[in-house]
Amino acid sequence: MIAARLTAAADRATPLPAPLTLPGSSMVSTKGPINQFLEWFGDLGIFFWRVARAAATPPFEFRELFRQLDEIGSKSLPLVALAGAATGVVLSLEARYSLTRFGAKSLLPAAIVFSVIHETGPIITGLVVSGRVGAGIGAELASMKVTEQIDAIEASAVNPYRLLAATRILACILMMPLLTLASDCCGLLMGWVTQALVEPVSLHQFINSGFNGADFNDFLPPTFKTAVFGLIIGLIACFQGMRTQGGAAGVGRAATSSVVLSSLFVILADVVLVKLIIIFFP
Amino acid sequence: MNGIDQIPMPTAMQREAEQDGGAAVIAVAGLHKSFGSQRVLNGISLKVKRGETLAVLGRSGTGKSVLLRLIIGLAKPDSGSVRIHGHDIAGLALDQLGEIRKKMGFLFQHAALYDSLTVEQNVAFPLQHHQKKMSKSERADRVRGLLAEVGMEGALAKMPSDISGGMQKRVGLARALALQPDILLLDEPTAGLDPISSGEIDDLILKLQEEHHMASIVVTHDLHSAKTIADHLALLNEGNVVVQGDFEELQNSDIEFVGEFLKHS
Repeated sequence: MIAARLTAAADRATPLPAPLTLPGSSMVSTKGPINQFLEWFGDLGIFFWRVARAAATPPFEFRELFRQLDEIGSKSLPLVALAGAATGVVLSLEARYSLTRFGAKSLLPAAIVFSVIHETGPIITGLVVSGRVGAGIGAELASMKVTEQIDAIEASAVNPYRLLAATRILACILMMPLLTLASDCCGLLMGWVTQALVEPVSLHQFINSGFNGADFNDFLPPTFKTAVFGLIIGLIACFQGMRTQGGAAGVGRAATSSVVLSSLFVILADVVLVKLIIIFFP
Repeated sequence: MNGIDQIPMPTAMQREAEQDGGAAVIAVAGLHKSFGSQRVLNGISLKVKRGETLAVLGRSGTGKSVLLRLIIGLAKPDSGSVRIHGHDIAGLALDQLGEIRKKMGFLFQHAALYDSLTVEQNVAFPLQHHQKKMSKSERADRVRGLLAEVGMEGALAKMPSDISGGMQKRVGLARALALQPDILLLDEPTAGLDPISSGEIDDLILKLQEEHHMASIVVTHDLHSAKTIADHLALLNEGNVVVQGDFEELQNSDIEFVGEFLKHS
């Protein structure tokens, strides 16, 4: 009974309250930071519930979803690939130096492969996407909000949680593992190139040696954990964007807070997910 | 069970009663709304029947636009009720409210056109989402018809940023009419426009009223425009309806604020 009442309360068409402000922001709140933070979390939960409900019920916005898959996926690919490649180079240089000092140079391919696949690939992808996509979604939706375009969507009897939020969040969830794969591949490739420039080794040899002893548990859970990063990035960016207040300054605040908060929560979620992966996929 | 099924739309009998002027299409009762410590609406009650146009007048910041947002459900009242075709919209879920909103057209003060879509796509937006059985060519014809009705048939491919404020309002009006609504809510349709454009918008609203026979509420500062397009006027001050009636009643009122308002209009 209580659960049903809570569900009904969360589902009611109530306008969203003011966004969480970051330190240094010009928006003044009379509430304490802890109260403000707890309130923000509560509102985020209600927002997530509304989006989940909207996403699970027809009509489905497939056209907008495909547009977002392209916007979030294809258009992030060059940046993610570049970041992955740079990480591969740095890892290769650093690992060579460290492993040579400890007389474990033969472990170099495995060190690169494991660190790219387990951690650097997913987290670098998460941070790059939260920067590019988080800021983009936050600013776009905030701009729509302050110019009453979101109200116009609602007034046209279209559910903005379904059209704007659900499609973007779903696109983030679906594209993150694929972008991580791309980042991993570029990282490994450039890791090999960097090593091959110093000491000739074939790609085949590098991969064989790197993946020696690895199984799907080393590859699948770290790659698919990025779907959670996608959920965090999409959810926070849509949430911050759709409840913006205060004109152009509000749009700027929404874009900044989307990036800062989504990056922060991606890192925090990574801590929890790594521990869970170690427990469930030893 | 889908929540939308729980909202029965007006029956043929109800529509007949509304057409005869028997039942109010929009009924607002005891509406209160505050923003923090600032009280904006203080127990407003209004009724609009089918085919009637009510102009809501008042000084800036007296809650005229807030009243429209409450009627369409974009804001929630602190207390009081808003009934559309007899259904109280308070507490409805977004999709349920959507079913009622399909019968309402809303022109925003700044038109609120989707800035990433062309004029044609803006007007087609409600049709794309609610009339999915309509073929592409039928939709294109309907959009052209709507734009022709507001005199904007030549701007199909233009972006909202490439047209003037008056033109944006015309396009906004075409979008508001796309689903053939029973109710039309207009927020400052002539604000910021030159006298000629204002007159054109007024004529357009009158023409649309005659053709579509909708229940309309027009929020405006412009007394001349209100006199031209409205059957009834309601003057708001400090969150209350000071006087309600036709233009003559407004002119004959001995309330000090009414005299002051008319003197400066």
